[in-house]
Amino acid sequence: MWYFVLRRLLYAVPILLGVSLVVFLLMQMVPGDIIDIMIPPEAPKEVADMIRIQFGLDQPVHIQYLRWLKAILSGDLGISIFTNQPVADELFSALLNTLKIAIPAAILGFTMGVMLGSLAAFYGGSWLDKLFSGIAIAGVSLPHYWVGMVLVAIFAVSFNVLPGQGMGPDGFPWTWEHIKHLILPVITLSLIPMGVISRLVRANVLEIRSMEFVSALQAKGLKGPRVLLHIMKNAAPSALALMGLQFGYLLGGSILVETVFNWPGSGSLLNLAIFRRDIPVLSATILVLATIFVIINILVDVLQALIDPRIRR
Amino acid sequence: MSAQDTIVVPATDAVRRAQAGKSYWARVRERLLADRITLAVTVLLAVIVLMAIAAPLFATHDPMASSVLARLKSPGYNGHWLGTDEVGRDLYSRILYGGRLSLLCGVAPVTLALLIGGSLGLIAGYSGGIVNSLIMRSMDVLYAFPSILLAIAICGMLGSGLGNTILALTVTFIPPIVRISETVTTQVRSAEFVEAARASGARPVSIIRFHILNNVLGPILVYATSLISISIILAAGLSFLGLGVTPPDAEWGLMLNNLRQAIWVNPLVAALPGAMIFITSMCFNLMSDGLRTAMDVRI
Amino acid sequence: MSADVLLEVHAVRRYFPIRGGLLQRQVATVQAVDDISFAVRRGETLGIVGESGCGKSTTARLLIHLLEADAGTITLEGRAIGDSSGLTAREFRRQVQMVFQDSYSSLNPRCTVEDTIAYGPTVHGLSWADARKRARELLGKVGLDPELFATRYPHELSGGQRQRVNIARALALEPRVVVLDEPVSALDKSVEAQVLNLLVDLKSELGLTYVFISHDLNVVQYISDRVLVMYLGKIVEVGPVESIYGNPRHPYTRALLGAMPSMDPDNRGKQATLTGDPPNPINPPPGCRFHTRCAHAETCCSAREPKLAAGTAAGDHLAACHMLIPGSGHSAAPAIAA
Repeated sequence: MWYFVLRRLLYAVPILLGVSLVVFLLMQMVPGDIIDIMIPPEAPKEVADMIRIQFGLDQPVHIQYLRWLKAILSGDLGISIFTNQPVADELFSALLNTLKIAIPAAILGFTMGVMLGSLAAFYGGSWLDKLFSGIAIAGVSLPHYWVGMVLVAIFAVSFNVLPGQGMGPDGFPWTWEHIKHLILPVITLSLIPMGVISRLVRANVLEIRSMEFVSALQAKGLKGPRVLLHIMKNAAPSALALMGLQFGYLLGGSILVETVFNWPGSGSLLNLAIFRRDIPVLSATILVLATIFVIINILVDVLQALIDPRIRR
Repeated sequence: MSAQDTIVVPATDAVRRAQAGKSYWARVRERLLADRITLAVTVLLAVIVLMAIAAPLFATHDPMASSVLARLKSPGYNGHWLGTDEVGRDLYSRILYGGRLSLLCGVAPVTLALLIGGSLGLIAGYSGGIVNSLIMRSMDVLYAFPSILLAIAICGMLGSGLGNTILALTVTFIPPIVRISETVTTQVRSAEFVEAARASGARPVSIIRFHILNNVLGPILVYATSLISISIILAAGLSFLGLGVTPPDAEWGLMLNNLRQAIWVNPLVAALPGAMIFITSMCFNLMSDGLRTAMDVRI
Repeated sequence: MSADVLLEVHAVRRYFPIRGGLLQRQVATVQAVDDISFAVRRGETLGIVGESGCGKSTTARLLIHLLEADAGTITLEGRAIGDSSGLTAREFRRQVQMVFQDSYSSLNPRCTVEDTIAYGPTVHGLSWADARKRARELLGKVGLDPELFATRYPHELSGGQRQRVNIARALALEPRVVVLDEPVSALDKSVEAQVLNLLVDLKSELGLTYVFISHDLNVVQYISDRVLVMYLGKIVEVGPVESIYGNPRHPYTRALLGAMPSMDPDNRGKQATLTGDPPNPINPPPGCRFHTRCAHAETCCSAREPKLAAGTAAGDHLAACHMLIPGSGHSAAPAIAA
């Protein structure tokens, strides 16, 4: 088992290097000269050259990459061109805000997904199955940024019962005022994982239910709920793997939902960075989000191996 | 005797026709035609696509003609079937024209990714060894980005526009297609009928064309159909963020973005472009489900 | 004798590396086929028997050049691929064809029966129309009405019908040697007999040479002219079928035949049958590979490997056992002739 974990961790190293390379290459492909974004156009040419040397932009590309990589590995994510603040600080607080909606959304989406999926499979073919499957397929077909708008239109505009913008007053204590701000973004964000998970769980449970060992269990006299337990145990690993992926998509996808709700998370930061052409913030955010995604996937793999001994090789 | 003939001959003919076997695709078509939901969805999609392509024929107004006086009117106002947008343009006509770009952004990246990713997967699966590792490990790197993030990263760095949107989505969709195509190819490659083909002296290209492609195509097509749905949502999402199609072109995501503030004024009108995105992507998803059942493939 | 040798296998070896660990280094090798030599004579049926994992299927794949040998040569009428005789791999494969074991996975599920058979000839330059015509003729030859079966798909056929299609496909290239890898082991007994009879008929009609691989000793006895017994990648005994079945000389062959169900009630359970599984081919035992399960094993058996030799018997029946080699050091070995 430890061997498996070690191997999985070691494998993440080349992947993360590849990720950093992709991000760096994208930075290189930014149209125009990055200096033009940093200094006013009327500044003398000497100033531009000075900055160029200061940031190492006069060096060959591979040296630039190594310098950039070295800085990142030592925890220096760069300085924002726009605010002149270290990117790391901004990014950290934004990430925390994103997690405030991503984690509840994940919990809501995953539980709803598993419930809808297993119930649909359990009552396979009935109207309940059709209803739940319909909800699930709508869940994966909905543009969730649009759902956000519709929810705002209904609950914030028409009925005015829930706030539709921002995250409420500052501070950490979770008061009703804070939670009220959470409700709409969390529901919006949870729709896609709910749909995806429920479709997978339904298909898995249906397949496992038709396997012979289930008939054997029933023949032994095991009743419904305990049979379901056995089925869920077999359906869990692949569902877990998908949940890991989906949590990553939540972090990535939050950019759209955060834009709709003006939520000051990593997505809003990314959006802002794109429009300010703030390349350090942009690249650092992408890099950090991708790294988190890779780490989540390692965790899921290990968890999967704990449940399913066949994977531990 | 002749009476006997007339009885026997048609019977054997009928038996022969019944036993002569139908092609796999003929069976798939039969099952698809029997599936009412998939049929209905396909017809609906055909209508949407047709109306978008022939937008000038169906449009009631010039999609670019704005009017300060008729801003954000509700459906039915003064000949505007679906109302007007934030600068008074006819929403129905804009949705028709917008469908062109939205559908293009849905279909083009998936088609490109299908061609590139499908071939890469075939090559990786058929060659095995180092070629396989090289291709699959690079895909793992792209897989390390959540799909939306990768598309946003590419568009964010390279700038907005139709071309970059299609490029970003194509890159995003290549890894999963490569993975499916590689998995199926690897399975098929070790099957004995491929060994038999090799034993007859056939060259790899011929084997891939004749024996592997027709086994790989089904699963990939099913997956690609569901990807079109995702592609439409993502493309509209990029435009919604201002990263995709640039104004004043009509595109559903962009329209939704422009109408965002209008949600406080006329929620129904503001929500309409999004409803189109939802309906179209739902149609593609249902079609993918129908195809999957008809082809009996698992992904 | 060498004049009527069609296919000759000389000192052929094939190992498979097993990779493992963090860096996928080679950690072991499976000695699937280790230094085997034998000849297939024109017009005969050579049966190859042995337990699963003894290298039968690897031998089959080496024979048709689906696998390349690590060492040794395989020659067709004295010509090897790549030597000065100009025999190409394509031509070799046209002349030596194979019928696969699993009749289901050996047919492309998306191809009609007709196209499956016609594919081979088109590879060798025939037009599709001509190839399909040949396919229909062959379907008739293997006992399937082309009118009924040509446009069917594999899943619409029974196991026996699928195996007939497999045979037709192998024959489509008009080969001289057909390697049959467990062609009937997945079939019902009644169907098995039909297919075997079909194979016998086709052989005399088309003048074919068969290499027939099976673990079923009854089937091999029925169809073979000569029999070759394999154990853990080695040939332990080879000879005419009557001689092998009537007078087995290697303890392994005797054990195999002893395990064969007999119809004669007086002839049951006298011979010692095999116990245990064959040792792992990853680390085969030294010396004679059978000594770990042999009732007659002595120290010389684990020390030296016995060579395939005629010993004191007639020239055509060879066995690899120290008990048969004069001066081998085994207590049961015959004295060295003066």
